[in-house]
Amino acid sequence: MENQNSKTIITVLGHDTVGIIAKVCTYLADNGINVLDISQTIVSGYFNMMMIVDMAGAKVPFSECAAALDEIGAQIGVAIKCQKEEIFERMHRI
Amino acid sequence: MINIWEVEETNKMIEQENLDVRTITLGISLLDCIDSDLGQLNKNIYEKITSTAKNLVAVGEEIEKEYCIPIVNKRISVTPIALVGGAACKCSEDFVTIAKTLDRAAKRVGVNFLGGYTALVSKGMTKSDELLIRSIPQALTETDVVCSSVNVGSTKTGIDMDAVRLMGEMISETAKVSEKKSLNGCAKLVVFCNAPDDNPFMAGAFHGVTEEDAIINVGVSGPGVMRRALTAVRGESFGVLCETIKKTAFKITRVGQLVAQEASKRLGIPFGIIDLSLAPTPAIGDSVADVLQEIGLEYAGAPGTTAALALLNDQVKKGGVMASSYVGGLSGAFIPVSEDQGMINAAQAGALSIEKLEAMTCVCSVGLDMIAIPGDTKPATIAGIIADEMAIGMINQKTTAARLIPCPGKTVGDMVEFGGLLGYAPVMAVNPFSCDTFVNRSGRIPAPIHSFKN
Repeated sequence: MENQNSKTIITVLGHDTVGIIAKVCTYLADNGINVLDISQTIVSGYFNMMMIVDMAGAKVPFSECAAALDEIGAQIGVAIKCQKEEIFERMHRI
Repeated sequence: MINIWEVEETNKMIEQENLDVRTITLGISLLDCIDSDLGQLNKNIYEKITSTAKNLVAVGEEIEKEYCIPIVNKRISVTPIALVGGAACKCSEDFVTIAKTLDRAAKRVGVNFLGGYTALVSKGMTKSDELLIRSIPQALTETDVVCSSVNVGSTKTGIDMDAVRLMGEMISETAKVSEKKSLNGCAKLVVFCNAPDDNPFMAGAFHGVTEEDAIINVGVSGPGVMRRALTAVRGESFGVLCETIKKTAFKITRVGQLVAQEASKRLGIPFGIIDLSLAPTPAIGDSVADVLQEIGLEYAGAPGTTAALALLNDQVKKGGVMASSYVGGLSGAFIPVSEDQGMINAAQAGALSIEKLEAMTCVCSVGLDMIAIPGDTKPATIAGIIADEMAIGMINQKTTAARLIPCPGKTVGDMVEFGGLLGYAPVMAVNPFSCDTFVNRSGRIPAPIHSFKN
C-alpha cells in the first residue's frame, strides 16, 4: 500500500535556465527519492515546476533533503521548496 | 492528486498574504504542584513546566520546516495561579515569586509568552484571589513574558463589581510602575467576562481547571488571505461574499488542524482545540480592518462596520467549524487597535472611537483590545469602561475582554510604541464624564434572567 505520509511536493520557482530539472532529479536519484509526477509552466520567463516525490526509500532525512535542495536552488538561482504533501491535501480536499 | 495550481495557491497565501499559524499553545495543569511551602511550590512549578514543555519549541520549528508554514508563536498556558498559590502565598510578594518562577521556566524552554497569572473571580474573590490581583502591577513589571488575566464576570454569575473596581486601580497602577520598562505591563493584562478555559491566544490564555494534565491548543490566523480572496468578489452580492469568506476560513483552519495534530502526535500530548480566529498583526496586509474595508467600508468604524464585522465573524465560524471537529477558545475576528495597521489608520483618521469599538465587540470574538488611553484616566473611569464591556459579555452569553493601556504622560493623539507583534497605537479619547458613584457601589451585578435555564 502506498505510504501517504512519504509524499513530498518540491516546487522550483525562478528564471528559466538550462538544466534545472536535471540538477534536481540527479540529487533525488542519488538519494533514493522516487519522482511520481512532474508538471511545469513558464510564465513570462519565470520557470514554475512542481514535482510529487515519494520519500519512502530516501537515504536522507527530510530536513537534510530540504536543506540540500535549497542549496542547489541557490547555486542555479532559483527557489526550491520542499513541503510534505499533507498541507496541500488538507487545504484543497475535503 | 494535488495539482500545480493548488500548490501555488497555498504557497502564495504563505509567502504573499501572511498565512501562518499564530500560536501553538501548550496548556499545563499545575494543580499537582500545590504545596503549602512556597519554596517547594516554586520548585515544583519550574520542574513541571520545563519538563512538560521541553520539546515544544523544537517540535514547532520542525513542523514549520516540513510544511514551510510559519508558526509564529510557541506559548504556554498554566492553571490560574490564584488557585495554585493559595496554600503557600500569604502576601502579594509571595505571588510575585511565582510570577518570577513562571518567567524563568518560560525563558528556559524558549517560549515567547506564558499565560495564567490569573484569578477567576466572576462571583467573588477569595483571599488568595485578591492577593494575586494586588500583586499584578509588581508581577508584570518584574517579569518579561508572563501574562495575566482576571475573569470578573460570567452569564451564570453576573459581574463582581468589587473586582472590576479593583482592576481599574490595578491597571492604572501597572501602567505607572512599569513606566520605565520597555513594555507597558498593561499590554500583558486582560480582564474577561466568560473567559474560555482553552484559549490559546495571549494575553488571556490560561489552562482551565476543566482541562486534562496537558493539552495542545492551536490558534490560526489569516486576515491577509481573507482580504485577498475578497478582492476577487468586489461588487458581488452578500451571498457570494459569504461563500468566499467561508471557503477561505475553511482552508485557513485546515492548516491549523494539520499543525495541531502533528504537534500533538510528536509531543505525545493530546490535542485540545483549534481557535479559528482571524488574528491580525501590525504587518501590512495582515489586518482585520483591511478585510472590513474590502467588504465595502472607507475605514473600520464607518457606519456599517458593526454589520460587516457581524457577517465576517459568523462566516469565519461557519467555514471554520467544518475544518476541525474541536473548535474552541475565542474563535472569531479579533479587533485589537495597536496590532492591526488598518485599525491604527482608522483611529488616526478619526473614524474609530472607543464607543464604536465597544459596539463592534457585541458581534465579534473578543473585546476592547490593545487600546491606548490617556495616562491621567481615573481608575474609576477605567473600571467603568471594563464594566460596560463585561455587561456586553454577560448579557450576550459571549466572551468579552478589556485590555486597556493607560499611557503615562501621553494625551489623545500621541503615538505609543509597544514593539513587535504588539504594534503601536494612537492614544484614544475617553469619555470625560464621571462614573465614580456607580463604580464605588460595593457588591456584584446579579446574573441576568436568561441565565436561569435549569
